[in-house]
Amino acid sequence: MNGRAVHGTPASGVSEKAVPGWYGLVPAITLAVLFITPFAIMLSVSVAHRVPGGFFEPGFEWTSYERLLSAFFGRILLTSIAISAGAAVICIVLAFPFTVFLAGMRHRVQTLVLVALLAVLSLSEVIIGFSISTLLSRTAGIGNLFAALGLIDGPRSYTPGLFALMTGLCYLAFPYAVLVLYPPVSRLDPELRDAARMMGAGPLRTFFTVTVPLMRAPVLGAAILVFVFTLGAYLLPQVLGRPSHWTLSVHITDQAIFQSNLPFAAAMAIVLLLVALLLVGLTLLLGRESGGRR
Amino acid sequence: MTRGLRLFYVCFILFLLALPIIVVTGISLNEGRSLRFPPEGLSLRWYGALFQEGDWLEPLRHSLIIASCAAALSVAIALPLALYVWSRGNWLGRALHTLGVAPFMLPPVITALGFLVFWVSAGMYGQMLATIISHAIFLVTLPVVTISLGLRSIDMALIEAARTMGASRGQILSGVILPLITPYIISGFAFAFVLSLNEYIVAYMVAGFTVETLPIKIFNSLRYGYTPIMGVVAVLFVALAIIVFGLIGRYGNLPRLMGSDRSGEC
Repeated sequence: MNGRAVHGTPASGVSEKAVPGWYGLVPAITLAVLFITPFAIMLSVSVAHRVPGGFFEPGFEWTSYERLLSAFFGRILLTSIAISAGAAVICIVLAFPFTVFLAGMRHRVQTLVLVALLAVLSLSEVIIGFSISTLLSRTAGIGNLFAALGLIDGPRSYTPGLFALMTGLCYLAFPYAVLVLYPPVSRLDPELRDAARMMGAGPLRTFFTVTVPLMRAPVLGAAILVFVFTLGAYLLPQVLGRPSHWTLSVHITDQAIFQSNLPFAAAMAIVLLLVALLLVGLTLLLGRESGGRR
Repeated sequence: MTRGLRLFYVCFILFLLALPIIVVTGISLNEGRSLRFPPEGLSLRWYGALFQEGDWLEPLRHSLIIASCAAALSVAIALPLALYVWSRGNWLGRALHTLGVAPFMLPPVITALGFLVFWVSAGMYGQMLATIISHAIFLVTLPVVTISLGLRSIDMALIEAARTMGASRGQILSGVILPLITPYIISGFAFAFVLSLNEYIVAYMVAGFTVETLPIKIFNSLRYGYTPIMGVVAVLFVALAIIVFGLIGRYGNLPRLMGSDRSGEC
């Protein structure tokens, strides 16, 4: 699903008269009340006074934001960024050639692969976490298989740990990475590649001197979007990682539900929101730039 | 990179993606309560258990009610939104479009926490209606994207022709535009339905302790004891997703829906 694909006003005069103007009001009011208000309330909660054991009471204090300046929070932020960036890079490196090959396949095959990717993408993080932890477990997993093949001495578990967490995050984000890369890659003019081939460049050389440079901006944009996507993983670090791998998203959930400290959770969410908005904005800018050059 | 190598790479990655699902399918077939792969003794008893054991039946019922109502509601919001954005390129149209795709671009925890404080303030924290409305807003992006795509594929000459023949605005809308975009509306509904069924964090934050859905139930079971039923739910969710997206792929143009321009031929 890519936002850029939707825009464009094809028919100025014809379609305008086909839809009454008040049609815009219904979703406008709904989304203003139900999507913007929650963020406004969240902003006010982040400066509200915490009531231990309860929710919060209105107020204005910087206590929650001051806690963000601690070394504890700094470590969480660094952990989140390192883990998400690592997963995003692995995903893009695997997904880019995959998408290029996919876009060159027959229509029917592309449809089948897309069905598989969408099915995986739609899976709940809970189900992915459960499946990966089973796959890496002692009784049902690959440790079992390796032992049977004689590669290792006895069945062993590979979860929880950093390896399990990275596997899970890549599993979660790989289909997303492919679907973000798919529109720009499939619009790439195949004649450019044909021309390079005709001039005598080998397939590998064509890939690295024609396909990769042309796709630099979209790939960078996709990497940022995948980074934001993995930054949002709230459950895999809990299921597959150790407490030291808990990311910002996990801590927000933890503070909101288990420590019932809504103001602190809201303050962390505001920080995450700003980071995400900044990065998504950067992606849109990148998209515009590459669009203008072509 | 020869043709064979490319195909091998794509197939290998798809195999890796399928691997956890294969193991979980094996687990769901265990005869006993243990989670073993390969399964010990094949049986379908856990598939029956999902529909009989009260503490799994209740989350199943919740999930189905929430997913169908939320998907319908998100289409009801997305349809006028997409129609308006399509027909007018003014600031409200652009703003609405941004609002429509925003819920999907942000980390879901943020949206979930926003809904949590919203429903606490509105006094509806912990109610199923709150989960339904939250899901509808959270997933509105999907029908917005599919319906917009459908609208852009309409041949303007059809609308012009209908108008020349004296059709009123309402007649054009219900007689020309709506029938043409119906497949896209259905795809949007299906996307939202499948994702609502799988959604965890929003449902958990808005009403996790009172309205248990299947993902919440699985997560709780992850902490307090595994059973093969968890594998059964995972298998059914994968199967449902494959059926839904398979049908969209069969009767629609999935590559085009995903943003490819050149896949129209053949």
